[in-house]
Amino acid sequence: MSIFEEEEYSRHLDFGLWKKVLKFTLPHRKFLIILIAEMIIMAAADVIFPLFTKYAVDRFIIPKTTEGMIPFAIAFVLLGIFQGINVYIFIRAAGKIETFVCADIRSSAFKRLQELSLSYYDKTPAGWIIARLTSDVQRLGEIIAWGSVNLVWATAVMTAIIGVMFVMNWKLALVTLSVIPPLAVISVYFQRKILKAYRQVRKTNSKITGAFSEGLMGATTTKTLAREEQNISEFKELTGNMYKFSNKAALISAVYVPIVLVLGSIGIGIALWSGGSKVIAGTITYGTLVAFINYAIWFFEPVKDVTRLFAEMQYAQASGERVLSLVDTKPDVTDSDKIVSAYGDFFKPRKKNWPDIKGRVTFENVTFEYSNGEKVLKNFNLDVRPGENIALVGETGAGKTTIVNLACRFYEPTAGRILIDGVDYKERSQGWLQSALGYVLQTPHLFSGTVMENIRYGNLDASDEEVINSAKAVSAHEFILKLENGYETEVGENGNRLSTGQKQLVSFARAVIGSPAIFVLDEATSSIDTETEQAIQNAIKTVLDNRTSFVIAHRLSTIRNAHRILVLHDGEVVEAGTHEELINKKGMYFDLYTNQYLVEQTRRIIDSN
Amino acid sequence: MTSKFKLFTGLLKGNKLKYSVAFTAVMLADVFALVSPLVIRFTMDTVIGGMPADLPSWFLGIIKNIGGTEALSSKIWILTIVLVILAALNGMAAFIKSKYLARASESISLNIRNSLYEKLHRLPYNYYIKAQTGDLVQRCSSDVETVRRFMGVQLIEVGHVLFLAIIIISITMTLNTTLSLVSMALFPVIMLFSFIFFVKVRKLFKESDEAEGSLSAVLQENITGVRVVRAFARQGFEYEKFSEKNNTFRNLSYKLNTVFAFFWSMSDLLCTLQLSVVSILGIYMAAVGHISLGTFFVFAAYESMLIWPIRQLGRIFADMGKMTVSLERIHEVLSEPVEEMTDSGLKPEIKGNIEFKNVSFGYENSGKVLDDVTFSVKEGQTVAILGPTGSGKSTLILLLQRLYDYQEGSIKIDGAELKDIDKKWLRQKIGLILQDPFLFSKTIKENIALSKPNASDKEIFRVAKIVSIHNAIKGFEKGYNTEIGERGVTLSGGEKQRVVIARSIIRDCPVLIFDDSLSAVDTGTDAEIRRALQEKTKRVTTFIISHRITTLSQADLILVLENGKITQSGNHQELVAQKGMYQRIWELQTSMR
Repeated sequence: MSIFEEEEYSRHLDFGLWKKVLKFTLPHRKFLIILIAEMIIMAAADVIFPLFTKYAVDRFIIPKTTEGMIPFAIAFVLLGIFQGINVYIFIRAAGKIETFVCADIRSSAFKRLQELSLSYYDKTPAGWIIARLTSDVQRLGEIIAWGSVNLVWATAVMTAIIGVMFVMNWKLALVTLSVIPPLAVISVYFQRKILKAYRQVRKTNSKITGAFSEGLMGATTTKTLAREEQNISEFKELTGNMYKFSNKAALISAVYVPIVLVLGSIGIGIALWSGGSKVIAGTITYGTLVAFINYAIWFFEPVKDVTRLFAEMQYAQASGERVLSLVDTKPDVTDSDKIVSAYGDFFKPRKKNWPDIKGRVTFENVTFEYSNGEKVLKNFNLDVRPGENIALVGETGAGKTTIVNLACRFYEPTAGRILIDGVDYKERSQGWLQSALGYVLQTPHLFSGTVMENIRYGNLDASDEEVINSAKAVSAHEFILKLENGYETEVGENGNRLSTGQKQLVSFARAVIGSPAIFVLDEATSSIDTETEQAIQNAIKTVLDNRTSFVIAHRLSTIRNAHRILVLHDGEVVEAGTHEELINKKGMYFDLYTNQYLVEQTRRIIDSN
Repeated sequence: MTSKFKLFTGLLKGNKLKYSVAFTAVMLADVFALVSPLVIRFTMDTVIGGMPADLPSWFLGIIKNIGGTEALSSKIWILTIVLVILAALNGMAAFIKSKYLARASESISLNIRNSLYEKLHRLPYNYYIKAQTGDLVQRCSSDVETVRRFMGVQLIEVGHVLFLAIIIISITMTLNTTLSLVSMALFPVIMLFSFIFFVKVRKLFKESDEAEGSLSAVLQENITGVRVVRAFARQGFEYEKFSEKNNTFRNLSYKLNTVFAFFWSMSDLLCTLQLSVVSILGIYMAAVGHISLGTFFVFAAYESMLIWPIRQLGRIFADMGKMTVSLERIHEVLSEPVEEMTDSGLKPEIKGNIEFKNVSFGYENSGKVLDDVTFSVKEGQTVAILGPTGSGKSTLILLLQRLYDYQEGSIKIDGAELKDIDKKWLRQKIGLILQDPFLFSKTIKENIALSKPNASDKEIFRVAKIVSIHNAIKGFEKGYNTEIGERGVTLSGGEKQRVVIARSIIRDCPVLIFDDSLSAVDTGTDAEIRRALQEKTKRVTTFIISHRITTLSQADLILVLENGKITQSGNHQELVAQKGMYQRIWELQTSMR
């Protein structure tokens, strides 16, 4: 699990990584250029404002004349309007970059997720992936757009102010700016601390939210264990931490503020002192003094901005590393370029080049082991005729799911090969085989949307009538009609508005609508009501009829009806044959079967009362 | 409105002193901040410019003592030091403000969070069955955060801006009335503009939040449904679906951004317009001699100190609506009636003799779930319950922990009427293992020791061995310290069930109830666990809901429950001899052995 421990913070800036991240701005470089240009223009205008004041002091106030004030006033107001327009343009440009870069990164990460093999999902928690595509991407987008704004503007303002000050009076400039180096050092130190402290606050905050939701979900458990008081005191520890951390964070910023204020006043004071003496001595004008004081007040903003930016970049870099690690992950199962050019990929399939699938599946000396060397399947051979039903039985971990995953090419054999209609399936595209599959999962999964849309998922070109027909074929039609809006009923997120049995029936309809050549059924073990159970048994019968199929079977009726039953134990086939043959053997199958028989019959007796 | 106000003042309880300190500090900070420009003005006009100072006489006295303004002009560093001291004082006041404000607002949110959590642990059982978890969690997190932000940032900001405005107006009015009036001309416009904007933009925020929500939903469903996607080779379709949501969200965010670009530029324009008018008029007045250079400087400095917070004020007023809504949502949860826990508070010694006499029970708005149930069981005996779904089995055992109270008849434990016994006491003595195992995201060890936090490792290992999970736990990399959940291991249904049983038996309860809790483990393990249990818990009265004849047959008393009524009762021999459900199941299950 250690790879999912989140590195929150990177100590050193990694320019290679930022270069990669910045590549995402390339399609929007026009806006980036606009943004940079705009920030430079704005910085220039910002620096010009105090010069206006200087001019006014020296030209109007000191000589006590209003001559030429009208053009001055007009220029002054125009500069204000110009700045307003600049603000509009730069926010739009930055927003464009932020939103579009975010969307682009999300899109390429999602695309990569579609290409990654199932093995990736087996070892990566869903929450981890979702956090990468949401909060991490958001942080990257923000730092790219608004970080550029701050960086360019701050650098430009600082350069311009220093330039202007030096031109006006370099000696005064030197003394006034003497407070900048300590300010920069202190700011770097504090900004980092502040950010770190607020991270801790946010982390604790999400723990609190987690505690609330866990507390609610486990509320009945807590009650039955009479554990309320312990829970509450544990929670109070958490909120106590929150109180501590929040106050600590607030205190660190509270210390930083006075330091900046004092340093700032030293800068202003020096400008006033040294500048004032020079005014008295007549070496500089009043206007220059006013400008210097204004610049001294001003200079602190960009310094604070830049130091905060560097602190934020250290966190954003950690986000960048995680996002790129996802985008750069290589799928285990891939098609060669040659195959892709002939048959297309998932996103642009070239269906007209796809040969029809009759449904013969052959495992030739197939071995499968995980990357850690753990063997799940050893030297497995199996030849399935078109239309043959294969039932896989055995305990959890016996290798049933592995066989199915291999047959579907979710995994590929580490040794040996698998042939579809006599051809090694690696010589065709993944899409070719997988488009011809019908698959019903043990825990049915539906997508948000209507019942109609969910069934159509199995064949995107199907008409409403075809959808209804396939629902009828698997006895799902009746219950669907009874739903609030029939076929147009929203099933809710993950289909949660339907019962498990109903979800199962819909997923059967979804599987048959594409008339798949090969069918995979992973039977559910959980019990459902009798009526639905009957419908599901009918559905199974319809679906398996005359179709190559692999069934991870639990129901007796399904097992009995299979053409061939494989009993698996520790990755090997220990018994194989028809139901009668295996029953007569009185071996492992016999035990499994009688056990299941008891469970089913008992249920029947109890529920018939 | 008054009730809203009451909710608000309720928050302040116990924090009034902190707020008073914070408000005093913020006002002091404002005063110090406002004096600095006056010092600069004095320096420019009097010290450097040689104009007579328009200052109070006591102040002029001080200056005279150090040698008059002439002497100061050769010692301007004194003024530099004054500036630095003012800044330091300002900083100190700001520090005190931040410190006390954080204390106040954090203790408010601490209290709200604690009371919410506590409330959510004291509600009746029924509440949790119907609870909308998502909505409740939102009230406990984002609504609390809204209140905290208001109490910690926005409230004081209002006070700060108002105070600043009053002081600035009174200072500038004495300096120059006309310029002072002009400098405030656009304030109402700016404030109103930002108020209206932030009220209006809320709709757009909501839209973009919703778009983000449906984008996350597509992502989440794609990941959890990855097998379906792959099995139908729908990667392309999913990518299009995602792209559509992604683009919608992107475009909405961009639209929001554009609206904000408009707001910031327009309000910037208004603010700079105000600033330029003051500047130009100030320059003009200074040029014609109505005001001094220093006064002009003071006006410019004050104007820029005040104008940006004024814009912010509009936003705060707009956010106030949000905060009262949050406060009400929190209050709604806090005013839910809690489970009645203070009965006569009887805490009798519980041995495990239980007697049901004519017990009937029905949920609100529904018929009887239990109807005239009578049976009794002695200390150390086992009762097995058999019956179809909905027959009242689960309700019967929920009554034993007083999660619901029976309406008719009587239940006596060791002679004491159940309704008189303290609920907490009862729940500590009666171990109930629910059908749906729930584990907390803690380590395995902590999960087992959940109801006995001071349990020793030896005890923990002992119960883990009883439920045959010790070896499996040892097999994990971190053993008993393995975290359960997203960050650790996912246990199988059977493993979870065993951990749940282990955590119930660690307390040595005199009564144990298994609500079909062993159905997730296979028959062999089931028998093994029960054998181990029987040895270790000889004197424990046990209730078992099960379908397995091997389990049922060993009970001292078997109850067959149908439609809330006991239709058969007796021990195995008796029931096998009677026609009925038990006999049929027994026949079936033994025929196969």
